[in-house]
Amino acid sequence: MENMIIHEKVLAKLGDNIATEMITSSAYVTSSEPEELGKIACKGIDPDFVDKMKPGGVLVAGKNFGCSSSREWAPVALKAAGVKLILAEFFARIFYRNAINIGLPIVECEGISDKLSVGEQVKVDLETGELEIVKSGEKLATTSIPRFLIERINKGGLIPQLEEEFSHR
Amino acid sequence: MNITEKILAKAAGKPSVEPGDIIEAKVDMAMSHEKAGPGFFDNFEKLNLRIWDKDKVIVVGDHAVPPSNIYSADCILKTRNFVRKHELKNYYMGKGICHQIMPEEGFVKPGSVIVGADSHTVTQGAFGAFATAVGSTEMAWLFAKGSLWFKVPEAMKFVLTGPLPEMVSGKDLILKIFSILGIDGATYKTMEFAGSAIDQLSIDSRMTLCNMVVDAGAKNGIINPDEKTYAYLEGRVIPPEKELKSDPDASYSRTFDLDVSTLEPQVACPHSMDNVTAAGEIKGIKIDQAFIGTCTGGRMEDLRVAARFLRNHKVHPDVMLVITPASNRILKTALKEGLVETFIDAGAMITNPNCGACGGGGMGVLGKNEVCISASSRNNRGRMGHTESRIYLGSAATVAASAVRGQIVDPREMDRTA
Repeated sequence: MENMIIHEKVLAKLGDNIATEMITSSAYVTSSEPEELGKIACKGIDPDFVDKMKPGGVLVAGKNFGCSSSREWAPVALKAAGVKLILAEFFARIFYRNAINIGLPIVECEGISDKLSVGEQVKVDLETGELEIVKSGEKLATTSIPRFLIERINKGGLIPQLEEEFSHR
Repeated sequence: MNITEKILAKAAGKPSVEPGDIIEAKVDMAMSHEKAGPGFFDNFEKLNLRIWDKDKVIVVGDHAVPPSNIYSADCILKTRNFVRKHELKNYYMGKGICHQIMPEEGFVKPGSVIVGADSHTVTQGAFGAFATAVGSTEMAWLFAKGSLWFKVPEAMKFVLTGPLPEMVSGKDLILKIFSILGIDGATYKTMEFAGSAIDQLSIDSRMTLCNMVVDAGAKNGIINPDEKTYAYLEGRVIPPEKELKSDPDASYSRTFDLDVSTLEPQVACPHSMDNVTAAGEIKGIKIDQAFIGTCTGGRMEDLRVAARFLRNHKVHPDVMLVITPASNRILKTALKEGLVETFIDAGAMITNPNCGACGGGGMGVLGKNEVCISASSRNNRGRMGHTESRIYLGSAATVAASAVRGQIVDPREMDRTA
């Protein structure tokens, strides 16, 4: 498998218990298209979020990221806004599945929200679960992701997997 | 095994399962609504997929029906087109909230595996089903394949005992539990409810209790089916096997014993479901809007208790009270019982059954700095509209009493002085 190692810069940080409604508020959603959702990501809790994420990079968050509503708009909006990896203390379960299903890598790492600042480079090996803060060289363990889900992330999510499976029939 | 493990083992074709096992489970019912479906319909057609079993798929239109804007209209249109193309017969547009429609119309029975593209699908645990949520993309997979992977969850058991006090409903119980657990205290886990207080609890309140477990992070909430469950299901589903329940020696990661006999009506304050206090502790907070409705506050029990406070009273002139029954069946019963007339005479607005103001999509969107007391399930910042609005959550009794007073009040206090 390829693309196992993600090496990117932290571009934004959010706190604990960020609900999917805060990421994609019904007040702002006017389309399910990724491009449109990307424009309103986190509007309402961080008006500068979309600008910060523009170059593409890492979002760091606290506990229980993506809690509440099952709306898949939330990870779709973040991915479209430029988020290439989310690191959080832990994720709410529906968000966890949704992010992987749309091919957005997310990794749980205890203590991460205090250890990483905006602007720092971070390297994550999805397969071994090893996370390295590049500047300090500090290495942290992350919660392991089942093998079949790592494959799903690498394929770009569940739709490419379905495409592959059904095109063989 | 506990009841959740038993259901998952059977669905995976295994004699037993343990927490942490990753299984592929056959799904008995898959549900999507008009706001989740458009997130996968295009991909479903592009890949030329077929529905795995049309009897096991249900599509509901409930989030913004009738539509509040062009985007919502487009979602309804896409949903209708998908249903027509795939000739789905289990289709309910504008007839009520999906989590209410499912049991009412006979799509839920004990022991089944139910997966919906809506977080509140966990409601169906009230009937002894394993019910949980996924997002849009995974619903495409499920509609095509009929099975999904799950990690067997650790289970927490909540034993609620004592006679249920006056004016204390499922909403008050779950808010009290949030205050103990926090909004992430059950992440990835099962919340199983048992005890004499659960035995006494109505089906309506059991649904509200199980509905809200997702906001403690739980994968599912569940109550062992009993005579009340079977009485509700009679005539709705083929009588299910009655032996299904947790073994007496089933294991739980944690057990909570709660005596609820002295519990007071509870309110969750802005902006978190675990920011909970007794209604009497925050009385006097002025409100602009009051909302009775949703999959946690729009059932018969809720409308009946609301009517008790609104009969021969007027909604406070500074307050807009919006009442949204959870389904057409409920609305019809409310009409027969004269409750709708009571609501209208009190000065409330009655809307058609749908998710209404809960998600901020219409029918009661909050403006800047507005304060709402709501019988809905969530008070996250901006959930019902402006990020500077404030949502207090309580039972339908608390909401109705507060709507009359124009400020948050303990419903028992008004009941005594009315």
